Amino acid sequence: MNPPGTPTPPAILDARVLEIDAAAVVTQVRSRLREILAQDLSRRGLVVAISGGIDSSVCAALAVQAVGVQRVYGLLLPERDSAGASTARGRELAEHLGIRHEVFDIAPTLEAIGCYRWRDEAIRRIFPGYGPDWKSKIVISGGAEGRLNHFQLVVQAPGGEMQQARLGAPEYLQIVAATSFKQRIRKTVEYFHADRLNYAVVGTPNRLEYDQGFFVKNGDGSADVKPIAHLYKSQVYALAHHLRLPADICNAVPTTDTYSLAQGQDEFYFALPYQQMDLALWAHNHGCSPAQLAAALGIGEEQAAYVYRDIEAKRRTTRYLHLKPVLLEPLPELAV
Amino acid sequence: MSDSLHETIRAYILENYLFTDDASALGFADSLVGRGIVDSTGMLEIILFVEERFDLKVKDEEMISENFDSVGRIAEFVKARQRSA
Repeated sequence: MNPPGTPTPPAILDARVLEIDAAAVVTQVRSRLREILAQDLSRRGLVVAISGGIDSSVCAALAVQAVGVQRVYGLLLPERDSAGASTARGRELAEHLGIRHEVFDIAPTLEAIGCYRWRDEAIRRIFPGYGPDWKSKIVISGGAEGRLNHFQLVVQAPGGEMQQARLGAPEYLQIVAATSFKQRIRKTVEYFHADRLNYAVVGTPNRLEYDQGFFVKNGDGSADVKPIAHLYKSQVYALAHHLRLPADICNAVPTTDTYSLAQGQDEFYFALPYQQMDLALWAHNHGCSPAQLAAALGIGEEQAAYVYRDIEAKRRTTRYLHLKPVLLEPLPELAV
Repeated sequence: MSDSLHETIRAYILENYLFTDDASALGFADSLVGRGIVDSTGMLEIILFVEERFDLKVKDEEMISENFDSVGRIAEFVKARQRSA
């Protein structure tokens, strides 16, 4: 069931529905960011944490477009499991834009707060031999095949041997809670710099991530303004090309950069690669049938129906992430 | 049909997700997801409860809403597994 007001489905569904006038979008975002800073946030610049991925890179470039290079502060916040290439791309982006920036290694903070210890303790309940030289990641399973979403833990021994096992709820929750320290510590650092500079913090989710709850509450989900949350990921790539960002950023494959084994966003969270997920989400939002989506993606109608069901399941599961703290009684005297 | 298996499963869900002992709050055929009682994380917890309480291992291919989306479906799944054991 699509919500009231759902647009009429197009006669032909293909990637062209996601095409944008990139110049017009940049103009609009630039104007809105200025308005929001001046009228809603009363801050005089923007802090952007730069991961080296496409979303934060485009956000940083849009921030420069909106308020100028002197009023954007970039942060590169690697930790023990970050890929070296990510920091290198982030530094390249900051230098390309010409913004002030700094690299701050959050690994000692994460070590002190217990991020790695809590994570590894949960992993050892599944794989008792797991040690400091091992690598790990979590892989989603089920939703794309019409089953209940659940997670597999994948570990790699120092010799290269891979093992995999289904995660029970307590271990899954503990691993995710521990790794979420990474996003939450990063946000703490971002707000330190925002406060000292009287700047606002930029959140960098694209529409797919925002809609499907692919963020950590009070971590990367926390921000003062989210300039690309209305744009599908394919459209963010189009902006990156339009803004002439460095080629290795425009061509970067989306990863979580959170686990020690390389992990694509699609294997961690989304049912399909982002190009297909973008189209599936667009199609779902515009009332397209599973048959239309199946034809557009070259998949079976049954799988297309599973993808729609998975989109709805993730919206339900992550509704809590979007909620503000709930008050027991309204406070009408506060105009927020 | 109601039996002690149904009641055991319902009692777990009432206590942990609805914070009540009022059995009328959850019918055996009520959809747990459809009514918003559990999300996918809650469903993983229910599967763990089923495995530990009834001493069985749920296989990946059995992790479908048809087996877990209501008290009645969970009870039928448990009965079927106990029969085949």
